[in-house]
Amino acid sequence: MRRAFVNTLLDIARSDPRVVLMTADLGFMVLEEFQHTHQSRFFNVGVAEANMVGLATGLASCGYIPFLYSIATFASMRGYEQIRNGPILHRLPVRIVGIGGGFEYGHAGPTHAALEDLGITRIQPGLTVIVPADQMQTATAIRKTYDLPGPIYYRIGKNDACVIPALEGRFTLGRIDIVREGSNLLIISTGSITAEAVAAAGELSRDGIEATVAVVSSLRPAPVEDLRNLFSKFDLAVTVEEHYLEGGLGSLVAEVAAERRFHCRVVRCGVEHSLPPEIGSTAYLRELNGLSAESLATRIRETLRSAG
Amino acid sequence: MTPRAVLYIIYSMRVGQPVTPYAIRKIILEESYRAHVGHIGSALSIADIIAALFSDLLIIPGPRHPERDRFILSKGHAVLALYAALHLKGVLTRAQLGTYCGNGTLLGSHPEHTLEGIEFSTGSLGHGLAIGAGVALSARMSGGRYRSFVLVSDAECEEGSLWETVMFAAHHKLSNLVAIVDNNGQQAFGKTRDIINLDPLAQKWQAFGWDVREVDGHNVSELKNTLCGFSADSGRPHAVIADTVCGKGVSFMEGKVEWHYLPLSDEQYAVAMKEIEASK
Repeated sequence: MRRAFVNTLLDIARSDPRVVLMTADLGFMVLEEFQHTHQSRFFNVGVAEANMVGLATGLASCGYIPFLYSIATFASMRGYEQIRNGPILHRLPVRIVGIGGGFEYGHAGPTHAALEDLGITRIQPGLTVIVPADQMQTATAIRKTYDLPGPIYYRIGKNDACVIPALEGRFTLGRIDIVREGSNLLIISTGSITAEAVAAAGELSRDGIEATVAVVSSLRPAPVEDLRNLFSKFDLAVTVEEHYLEGGLGSLVAEVAAERRFHCRVVRCGVEHSLPPEIGSTAYLRELNGLSAESLATRIRETLRSAG
Repeated sequence: MTPRAVLYIIYSMRVGQPVTPYAIRKIILEESYRAHVGHIGSALSIADIIAALFSDLLIIPGPRHPERDRFILSKGHAVLALYAALHLKGVLTRAQLGTYCGNGTLLGSHPEHTLEGIEFSTGSLGHGLAIGAGVALSARMSGGRYRSFVLVSDAECEEGSLWETVMFAAHHKLSNLVAIVDNNGQQAFGKTRDIINLDPLAQKWQAFGWDVREVDGHNVSELKNTLCGFSADSGRPHAVIADTVCGKGVSFMEGKVEWHYLPLSDEQYAVAMKEIEASK
């Protein structure tokens, strides 16, 4: 997805001279084409994320649209206060691009696992939060939102090959996208892990359990109306995210569900334990935390069984 | 005549009163006393720097003019000195000034950017210089001639984020960026030399590649001469280490740590005002 991001930005920057790309020394072998094509609008600020946010605030106040590129942990957390007191407080179009949420940096370990970025960004009312589920949706989301007023946090997956069948690059701010329809339960997913959620729905289907899979790529503004409409049709909604259980998609869905009298029960699938110490591949860590397609399907089967 | 010179003429025609250290200090005492709010020592510390900048150095034809010089008070807690200058320049009315720290005002004890004349909301130290560097970079990229002035405190140099910007600005040769350090040697709990010793401060900035000048931060003409003398094409960002005294102008406040926070009693106000009046 990061290549889709860079290629889209490269293209937008050809026609919009306001677009600037800054990196805190990450994106080797990814950002070079932008660097060479738009040399005067590319800055490697060095390993200094807090400064990068401050610089971008100054640039945006003078009419530029700076994109700040780093790994999701560093992009969202190292300069968090600068994001709050800079582009959020001043309502400036700074774009914070966090690459590889959840376990996408695999064996790089816990320092590189962004498991709270959606929680801490979602709680800022002045910050738009966008989490595309695959590369085509990344391209659409960037195109449709890059020049919105105010700041945006994008969590962009690391896997360039990720394609969610039936999503077909759709993206609408504040809305949900349905990629599979079924009447037994609702699965709600966000970001790269959606591939596992869709695969889990496929497995369940072989057992005769049919799930609707809804993709939430706009966490703020939240798709409140779409969620309400779905809750009225199902008894069970299972949220799937590569994030701590608290603060992210599961919390968002539970908040919306709690405010009205729905019969729909919400079960959250995410990372339950603080900074898991185990090292391993993305697939290994997803499995370990119950987020592989197989473990999701197992959990859903058990949930349906226990509900009678 | 260059477009920059035209802007300057327009700017100098604005209605206003002379921005003198005396006038700034008088307002600082009046408003902090009326509102019963502290941070008086810090505001008095920068009164002469603010006077030097706002008398005729900053070129600000209008609060949203794209070619205006930007001034960022990174040590936001001293904002009363800035409000005073904005009032003297005719940007803030006396009535607005009278709302300082009241309910529903935009004039808090730290700057709020929605107030005319305030570029950025500050108050969290170590942030303003990065924004100022971003402004300077914008001018460079767009071919603008505007400059970026950032006033930081000496204790603010304890923030690591500040040095990230110091390195960036030197690397990118942002010679349209000026950092002024209010070097009063004091912070909330005591003397900087006892808390985190910053010496030799000028050499630190120099070692990072900045053009550094050390000046008497209470000598307005020295400050002006230094700040006017900078070339925006020198290839290096500029740092002015302005040696100051916290609480300058009020003898019982000068160099006393408690005046970082304390508000004035009736008796103290009378004594302080008498001293400021005598300095007119």
